[in-house]
Amino acid sequence: MTRKLSHARNTLVGMFLVIAAVVGGIFATTASGGSWSPKLALDLSGGTQLILAPQVSGSDSQEVTEEQLEQAVDIIRQRVDGSGVAEAEVTTQSGQNVVVSLPGALDKQTRDLIQASAQMSFRSVLQAGAPTAVAEESRLSEDQLPQPAGEPENGSDPNWISADLYRQFEALDCAAVANEDAEAQNPENAIVACATDGTEKYILGPVELNGTDIKNASYGQVQSAQGFATGQWGVNIEFTDTAREVFRDITTRMVGIGATTPGSPRSRFAILLDGKVLSSPSSKAIIADGRAQITGNFTEESAKALSEQLKYGALPISFAIQSEQQISATLGTDQLKWGLLAGLIGLVLVFIYSIFQYRLVGLVNIFSIIVAAIFSLALIVLLGNLMNYRLSLAGVAGLIVSIGLMADSFIVYFERIRDEIRSGRTIAAAIDHGWQRAQRTILASKAVNLLAAVVLYLASVGNVRGFAFTLGLTAISDLVVTYLLIHPLIVLLGNTSYFKNGGRFSGMDPVALGATPLYRGAGRVRTPDEAPLESAAERRRAARLAAEQEALEADKMKAGGNRGE
Amino acid sequence: MANKLAQFGNDLHSGQKSFGFVANRKKWAVLALLIVVAAALVPVLRGGFNLGIEFRGGSEFTVSSVQQTAPAIGENAIFTAAPEASDVRVTNIAPGTMRAQMSELTDDQTLAVASSLRDAYAVSDAEVTSSFVGPTWGADVTRQALWGLVWFVTLVMAGMALYFRTWKMAVSAIAGLIFTVVTTVGLYALIGLEITPSAIIGFLTILSYSLYDTVVVFDKIRENTARAFEGKDKTFGEQINLAINQTLVRSINTSIVGLLPVGSILFIGSLMLGAGTLKDLSLALFIGIIVGTLGTLFVAAPVYAWLRLGEKAIVEHDALVEKHRRGEITEEHNEQPVTRPEATMQRIEVNNINL
Repeated sequence: MTRKLSHARNTLVGMFLVIAAVVGGIFATTASGGSWSPKLALDLSGGTQLILAPQVSGSDSQEVTEEQLEQAVDIIRQRVDGSGVAEAEVTTQSGQNVVVSLPGALDKQTRDLIQASAQMSFRSVLQAGAPTAVAEESRLSEDQLPQPAGEPENGSDPNWISADLYRQFEALDCAAVANEDAEAQNPENAIVACATDGTEKYILGPVELNGTDIKNASYGQVQSAQGFATGQWGVNIEFTDTAREVFRDITTRMVGIGATTPGSPRSRFAILLDGKVLSSPSSKAIIADGRAQITGNFTEESAKALSEQLKYGALPISFAIQSEQQISATLGTDQLKWGLLAGLIGLVLVFIYSIFQYRLVGLVNIFSIIVAAIFSLALIVLLGNLMNYRLSLAGVAGLIVSIGLMADSFIVYFERIRDEIRSGRTIAAAIDHGWQRAQRTILASKAVNLLAAVVLYLASVGNVRGFAFTLGLTAISDLVVTYLLIHPLIVLLGNTSYFKNGGRFSGMDPVALGATPLYRGAGRVRTPDEAPLESAAERRRAARLAAEQEALEADKMKAGGNRGE
Repeated sequence: MANKLAQFGNDLHSGQKSFGFVANRKKWAVLALLIVVAAALVPVLRGGFNLGIEFRGGSEFTVSSVQQTAPAIGENAIFTAAPEASDVRVTNIAPGTMRAQMSELTDDQTLAVASSLRDAYAVSDAEVTSSFVGPTWGADVTRQALWGLVWFVTLVMAGMALYFRTWKMAVSAIAGLIFTVVTTVGLYALIGLEITPSAIIGFLTILSYSLYDTVVVFDKIRENTARAFEGKDKTFGEQINLAINQTLVRSINTSIVGLLPVGSILFIGSLMLGAGTLKDLSLALFIGIIVGTLGTLFVAAPVYAWLRLGEKAIVEHDALVEKHRRGEITEEHNEQPVTRPEATMQRIEVNNINL
């Protein structure tokens, strides 16, 4: 018995430690910019949410793969960040849609930008330079500016560079480029562009090949002529049959330039995605079979990234707006306010009901719901800090709905204890047996809850996802609290003399529960006389029981007559 | 009152009071079937569901903090700003909150309507919220929800069959589930409530609630019938029925405790916020919790009894119990002979004693 008690105490300490760990986690994350309150989703804080469905240009049948979608999200994220909108969030949903959430209203320009499809293209490099703007004093004077001598003959022809374009190139500052207007980059003309990593800027010739000309892309270790892996990473591109010849011409031209003027930027070709240069390798050999390998300072990671971008480029995706919501901050605040009030009312009602039903033990229920609620909220704050989880209105609804489910674990457990008392067990034994049986039920039913939450989370689209999330989260908190708080508290309470003897308001009063006596075999029924009474309190209790028993019997006789059973 | 419920629980526990969930299973089955058929027919007869804007597609505006709540003000404002808009519905959804729905607008029209509504209801910019929903959006949500449904039912059936080690429990749980969902959706159609994606998620959540409830009751049934063939005083059906009755108080308490918070969201949601996520979710849950509890008691558990009662071992045991009751079999004295206080054990009514 004492072992059980110390076990119960240790479990309570465990609960304390779990909570301390979560709070500690929040504390640790606040150091790096986290906060002590939950982050709010747009429907509570106000703002705009767009749900976009990807569409493959030119064909309806082609499916967008998950990788391509991830690429698309990256691109949209860069565009939104580039447009100067702070705190925008771009995520995928169910592997099918892209969700863009931004605070405040959305202007037409940003909206168009988000919807635009990203195009991959290949252009020849005409000139390359440091990514910063050239200082005013060191810019070329008017008479030094390049003057095209005639019509350009091929993509690498310096005649593409006009005086205007050169001025643009000089003024271009890659760090300050807020938003590359990819749409404005005319494929027929030469343009200026920055590298995505911001290390270089370029003047580029017209588009010579498109993303759709890529048949496939992969990455791997570069092999030596003998077929041994060199330890270097490279990206392999395979062009379609039609593009093969174009690419042969390009490489022929570039190898020629490289031979006459080694190191010339004009021996390089640039791969652009969404108006920025992903990579600008120089061509070292004439490639006739359409299988090119780009080598350089690739790590496995960067090689993989480029090959995925190339694959994405093969399938230009644009976006159709599926749903757009603009929520004013006032409405959001209102919703949160009323939502919280609803939660509070629900909580109080459940509290009243559990006291009404379970008397003093109901307090354990109330206490455990409060702890579970604090625990769930703390987890939400922690997840907000760690994973940028945001609480939505539906999430708040999930929290409120789960109050009922949390109370239910207690109900299942406690009804079990009552059943055991009804079958005539002592209170201590009833707690023991009740727990043995209830915990299996609780585990099984919580598993159903959790499974439902996970499936809902994966299946749901839109804001309602937050509902599934909090539902699952509270199912977990509930399990933690049931095991680490409710059970040990009941065990400890069951050991106090008031509860042990089933005090009148304990909720475990055997008289009220109509305990049938323990059948002891041989036709004997244990009576109070047989059990030696240990304390004055127990004797007083026995006296009260006897009196209540008589009253109850009398009641029953009367009621029995009326009921006619 | 509490004592009465406790007393009620006591009587249910001892079997003194008992509801014939199993005995009347045929009645319940017919009734449930009728309800399900009716629920399935209602939307057909009514010409479909009242679908929310998410399924129809279009533009929606919400204007809060308005003084005048006449829909005509909004309709005029919309007509002036965007004469092309069709299917215009302006409704007062909550105190001081107007909602205007219409066909899909262009960006410029959206801005025009928003400012026109703002002026007409004399509110500030911040009080006008707009949203646009593409016509395929709702279909997407529904498709996802259906996938969720299929996955959930499959996983749960497998899980329950493993946990309870009998497919019959899994099948009867699903029967209760179907009853719950179909009836709830039917009620929605009958009352003409708007079906929105939030409501659909509410329906999915009901699945979880309904199964949760069923698992708890089935767990007790399993426990009670673990030694089904040992005793001779109760038939298998009676043992199941006792289990259902013994968990009845818990079922009632669970439903009430579940309904209290959901009801308060529903109350606050519809009173203060009007239609929206909170109201749609909680309304679906409110109806679903009630139907789900009934579904467990009157469909899932009786179906389980019905599935099992035909088994050979159970038929044989039931016959044995019958014989025993008619006194054709005398006690087999495995245990010490006892002189029982009166008649059968379950009818025992001795003084209640604290031990």
